[in-house]
Amino acid sequence: MNAVPVAAPTRLVDVTVDGTTVKVAEGTTVLQACRGAGCDDIPTLCYGDTLTPKNACRVCMVEVEGSRTLVPSCSRKVEAGMVVHTDTERVQHSRKMVLEFLGSSTDLSVAPHVADWNEQYAVDVDRYGPDRRTKAQPVKRDNELYVRDYEKCILCYKCVDACGEQWQNTFAIAVAGRGFDSHIAAEYDAELPDSACVYCGNCIAVCPTGALMFTSEHDMRADGSWDESRQTETDTICPYCGVGCQLTLHVQDNSIVKVTSPSDHSVTHGNLCIKGRFGFQHVQNH
Amino acid sequence: MVGLATVFGAGGGTSSYAEIEDTDVIVLWGSNAREAHPIFFHHVLKGVHNGAKLFVVDPRRSASAQWADLWLGNNVGTDIALSHTIAREIIHAGLANTAFIERATTGFDEYRAAVEEWTLERGEAVTGVPADAIRELAHAYAKADRGQLCWTLGITEHHNGVDNVLSLINLALLCGHVGRHGAGLNPLRGQNNVQGGGDMGAIPNRLAGFQDILDPSVREKFGAAWGVTIQDRYGWHLTQMFEAMERGDLHAVYVIGENPAQSEADKEHAVHLLAGLDHLVVQDIFLTKTAELADVVLPGSASWCESEGTVTNSERRVQRCRKALDPPTGARDDIQIILDICRRLGHDWHYGTEPLEVAENVWNEVRSLSPMHAGMSYARLTELNGIQWPCPHEDRLEPSFLHGRLWADDPAERGRLAPFSPVVDEPPVEATTDEFPLRLTTGRRLDSYNTGVQSGGFDSPLRWGESIDVSPEDAATLGLADGEWVRVSSPRGSVNAPVRIDRVLRPGLVFMTFHFPEQVDTNVLTIDATDPKSGTAEFKAAAVRIDKLVDDRASQVAGAAAGN
Repeated sequence: MNAVPVAAPTRLVDVTVDGTTVKVAEGTTVLQACRGAGCDDIPTLCYGDTLTPKNACRVCMVEVEGSRTLVPSCSRKVEAGMVVHTDTERVQHSRKMVLEFLGSSTDLSVAPHVADWNEQYAVDVDRYGPDRRTKAQPVKRDNELYVRDYEKCILCYKCVDACGEQWQNTFAIAVAGRGFDSHIAAEYDAELPDSACVYCGNCIAVCPTGALMFTSEHDMRADGSWDESRQTETDTICPYCGVGCQLTLHVQDNSIVKVTSPSDHSVTHGNLCIKGRFGFQHVQNH
Repeated sequence: MVGLATVFGAGGGTSSYAEIEDTDVIVLWGSNAREAHPIFFHHVLKGVHNGAKLFVVDPRRSASAQWADLWLGNNVGTDIALSHTIAREIIHAGLANTAFIERATTGFDEYRAAVEEWTLERGEAVTGVPADAIRELAHAYAKADRGQLCWTLGITEHHNGVDNVLSLINLALLCGHVGRHGAGLNPLRGQNNVQGGGDMGAIPNRLAGFQDILDPSVREKFGAAWGVTIQDRYGWHLTQMFEAMERGDLHAVYVIGENPAQSEADKEHAVHLLAGLDHLVVQDIFLTKTAELADVVLPGSASWCESEGTVTNSERRVQRCRKALDPPTGARDDIQIILDICRRLGHDWHYGTEPLEVAENVWNEVRSLSPMHAGMSYARLTELNGIQWPCPHEDRLEPSFLHGRLWADDPAERGRLAPFSPVVDEPPVEATTDEFPLRLTTGRRLDSYNTGVQSGGFDSPLRWGESIDVSPEDAATLGLADGEWVRVSSPRGSVNAPVRIDRVLRPGLVFMTFHFPEQVDTNVLTIDATDPKSGTAEFKAAAVRIDKLVDDRASQVAGAAAGN
């Protein structure tokens, strides 16, 4: 008996992206189809390759012929004959506005790629004036392992989903409040040590803006010593239990400054526990 | 490992993590994976969200049990009784997979006879699990299209741990839950390279590739490659080594990366034996308590981040460890230390100069002698994020599960049939008595690991140190308050520890970890009764007594002193 599961057959459909026609499997997202067609520069923030699309940030919008509105490429599935434009004036204008609204209220200074996008789309957050409302607030430091800097939070929900049923199933955090006052909080807005948090750091792993950050990285950024050009990333295996999680050690000056796991690894899917994520102090040599 | 090797000829879990997501019934037996194997538990939870029923068998209503459709809180050490009761119920309900039993197994009649006395009523009386719950698990597992049985140290850390494993394998054979995608047996390894250590021959009866040292053709192959004659008898496992020290037959010991002075059950006795050796060498990344007893300490580098090599996980996946850090001055790669010692002993082995080159050449030697690793080049291990054994060929991968052969139509392809094991229920060596009325079991917490030499280094917000966890009922009976220091005694010794009232425990059951030996030396209490087949000690079952201290405050000082 050969009991290897066989997935249902998928149909290939034609999709045209910026004039190039590609064949992609039915059920693929527009974003994946665009990347398959060589269009790699669609910005994303709330999208995560291990998470169900949340459609929260609206920065990945593209134009689909026949569609009245722009569509979020991260979640919209392709259809046969779909014609997609990723760089029309309407798309560019939309991205500029989204980045300006996010950037005018939150601090995107350490969010990867955002500086490039700001330049590309001529983003000018200052045009909203000095009196604009912002999320400015003190950094929350209630434990030794990681900090929460909600001035940087764009409410993309990735941390909530990673902590919830998509991965960690701890359900320590959710969105509290309404409207502009919405924010990520533990139950009853408790400090982390009084919450259900188990410090796996799987929320840090998916955070796109640095709102959730290793204390080590946060403090090094604060004192100016954080320098990614001097860092190496080395894949190895966690030294604790027998599950065999792959760790990526981020090392600067022979010290581990951060630990991640590849999101495409079949054991972890990018997730770790407190020991794998933070339990490296015993090999720090200074 | 011994149990699976006995039945199937291969000492590894038969499934893969991804298959847990794609199954109908998951049984976690003696495993608190939510805390001890958290990322494995992610796969379990995927399975649960995909519709699988989860059963957890554990004396404690652990963090894992809190996710279960049904928790079976058995008395410590009644696993065979429970397994046999489940088996009898399956057989009598007509739910045994007779086609698989006839085709792929031997010894069913003896097994059926052995379990016949285990009625639901008797099972309930012995295990403490309600008959309805036993029946529900039996029917769900037997009726499932695909079932997974997973276990950890709750099964193996008993004086009859191998028999416990065999009793679980029996259930899989009875229902045909092995050798198919999504159906299998999964022992979760407690340490990151337990599987790999055994696979590489770091056990006293096998050479690399799990090849039996008693097989003349195996000895000849390795002997020819190494230019030596390999002994035709098994060596000693750790427990037998301690017995040999006691007899005076073992005088010199070389310990690499192990801390037996703190991790052994009945540790006072272990320390006494280690201290009495003529010569003790310890190679470790820390100056452990064992190293403090040593004549020579060889500072090693951390194998997971300061050197190159491979480890093998609980789903048989061989993965590369890589050097990310320079070790501290004076600390050296284990391989280099061993090579230098060999050179002094007159064996000039050459594996190259660069760490990566040396590690890869050692690995290629493994591949040349171990067929199940032959197809795993470093290039492929890198490209594929690790490869599961067996992998005999460089041009293809085998199925993610083992023993599909048992389902083959052709008897020749089916190979050696899997034997049922009519094992006998035995209670823990140490019964509770009027003097020691409480059952102590031990385990891990989420943020800590073994004796704490690695996990003690980081500042965990979840950590409160050692405690003696007791049920609210026992706390009320004994008049104990949360945080109160008490004296815990077993027939071997006493320690002082703070009480933690924990609702996951049932009356009569208390729990400790062994993560904080400097603070509370739990292994003073545990019993060194060991399984004769695996050498694993019965860490999970000691009899203890809790006494209130006359002066709570003074006792803290005494407790701290006792820990030194």
